[in-house]
Amino acid sequence: MTQHRRPHILVTGAAGALAQQVINQLRDHCDLVAVDFREQVYLGDDIPSYCIDFNKRVFEDLFRRYEFDGVIHLGRIMSSQLTRMRRYNANVLGTQKLLDLSLKYGIKRVVVLSTYHVYGAVAYNPALIDEAAPLKSAGLSSDLIDSVELENLANIYLWRYPELNISILRPCNIVGPGVRNAMSTLLASERAPVLAGFSPMMQFIHIDDMADAIVLAYKKPVRGVFNVAPQDWVAYQHALKLCHCKSLPIPSVPPILPSMILRTLKLRSFPSYLMAFFKYPVVIDGRAFANEFGFKPKRELKDIFRFYMDNKKPV
Amino acid sequence: MSLASFIKSRLVPVELEQQVNRIRKPQGSLGYDPWGYNNEAVKYGLALTKQIYEKYFRVQAHGVEKIPSKGPVLIIANHSGQLPIDGILIGYALASRKKSPRMPRAMIERFFPTVPWLGNLLNEVGAVLGDPVNCAKMLANDEAVIVFPEGIRGSGKLYRDRYELKRFGSGFMHLAMKYNAPIVPVGVVGCEETIPAIANIKPLAKALGIPYAPLALPVVLPAKVHLNFGDPMYFDDLEIPEEQVTERVEKVKAEISRLIDKGLSERKRLF
Repeated sequence: MTQHRRPHILVTGAAGALAQQVINQLRDHCDLVAVDFREQVYLGDDIPSYCIDFNKRVFEDLFRRYEFDGVIHLGRIMSSQLTRMRRYNANVLGTQKLLDLSLKYGIKRVVVLSTYHVYGAVAYNPALIDEAAPLKSAGLSSDLIDSVELENLANIYLWRYPELNISILRPCNIVGPGVRNAMSTLLASERAPVLAGFSPMMQFIHIDDMADAIVLAYKKPVRGVFNVAPQDWVAYQHALKLCHCKSLPIPSVPPILPSMILRTLKLRSFPSYLMAFFKYPVVIDGRAFANEFGFKPKRELKDIFRFYMDNKKPV
Repeated sequence: MSLASFIKSRLVPVELEQQVNRIRKPQGSLGYDPWGYNNEAVKYGLALTKQIYEKYFRVQAHGVEKIPSKGPVLIIANHSGQLPIDGILIGYALASRKKSPRMPRAMIERFFPTVPWLGNLLNEVGAVLGDPVNCAKMLANDEAVIVFPEGIRGSGKLYRDRYELKRFGSGFMHLAMKYNAPIVPVGVVGCEETIPAIANIKPLAKALGIPYAPLALPVVLPAKVHLNFGDPMYFDDLEIPEEQVTERVEKVKAEISRLIDKGLSERKRLF
């Protein structure tokens, strides 16, 4: 009698709160292996966890040893982390290595986490941007090039190697307990910078909902690029108000002025290259993902902001 | 009573608040839609516009009931007067009509989102960046959309060119055909006299990064405004060459021209 084999899944970015949520959802039914380039995290005795650089040869040993069926690639280094060069190496070259190995070892399902930042924040953006829209962010800042390159690379593999069943997810701002990105840090702080006179529409997704989205995506092998965002919107400064976060206006005209101020201040949560995202809206349309995968976020914006209101500086 | 609700009770009359609450729009849990429309901001906007509409420009609107009460519709008008006052007045005429009021969305110049405060303010009261994708998604959402096919060619024209229709773009016709949206033509008379400009200082406009810099008095004159709404025009969605699309655009333009003439003949005096 043949024994039913539990799926073997490699999850990258294991030190992040999102990956840990995904791991918690999958651990009962799957054999997971967690990797992170930053640190080794303890995720329980049943989950081997490694601190490893994807570009090192030993990374391949994991594929040999664990015979993975799928890969959930959440280990994208955010724009606010590391230098441009190290980020490029990890995000672009590291992802290429991961996809090459996935191909070599017959992986049947790959989910890649991207970001809505790839669309770029420009004054002429229409609202409800769908997946076919051009990726303009590389033209805005060289600090966002690695995000676009990662996408391009995943896209090439998506079409060239259909057997990999790659899905690329472009979520809106992921926020909630444990999230350490720029937006979460801003909402959690007592005071947050705003560009005077600009309060663009934004979308937020709770980390638990995003974890649900990733697990849903993994379970249904439909290839493609998908925005992930709830059908709910709020202006940035209104969101700050609901989090009981005071606004610190930065002069916004002429445009060179805020850019100079931010470059001088070097704020981690409000970097100059993300400035445009606090000026112009990038409202994405998440309906294709919701329809294809039956996804419905469970946490409302009010609940998300209440958490930040009650937990100032939670991370 | 909090200070905010006290100010609101003074500024926004109860019947106006009820009027806005009657207008249903697909919104998120915090009262916004994807383009930044916000019901609360609209209440203040309409309260202010009511004064301007009734007391300052003493608008006379004829035929506003011709705009269908539901479904996608394109409201096409002539553009004039340097500032988008015409769009605001058409919007108010439709939002304040007694039977089935609608809150239309106005397509605005691409330059507005770059202006601090004003860009957000316009979005909150329903204005939307004039992008074909935005217009298409609005029509798919069954919205009433105000479009000025002349664009800045119309709003920036000089006083000597008043009531002379400039070239119409054909984008609105393609969208009307694709989304089966009727076109309601509107002739606006009076806005040309609100900010009469005698010249356009092009180097200044270029330096400031704005579409035009009119040489005009720094006041908005209280010209009496006449809005004449025409009968809805329906166009099929057959695949036709661009030449025939242009012919259809010209039909709409001719109808607007007729409505402007009607307004001019009705007008007794400028102010």
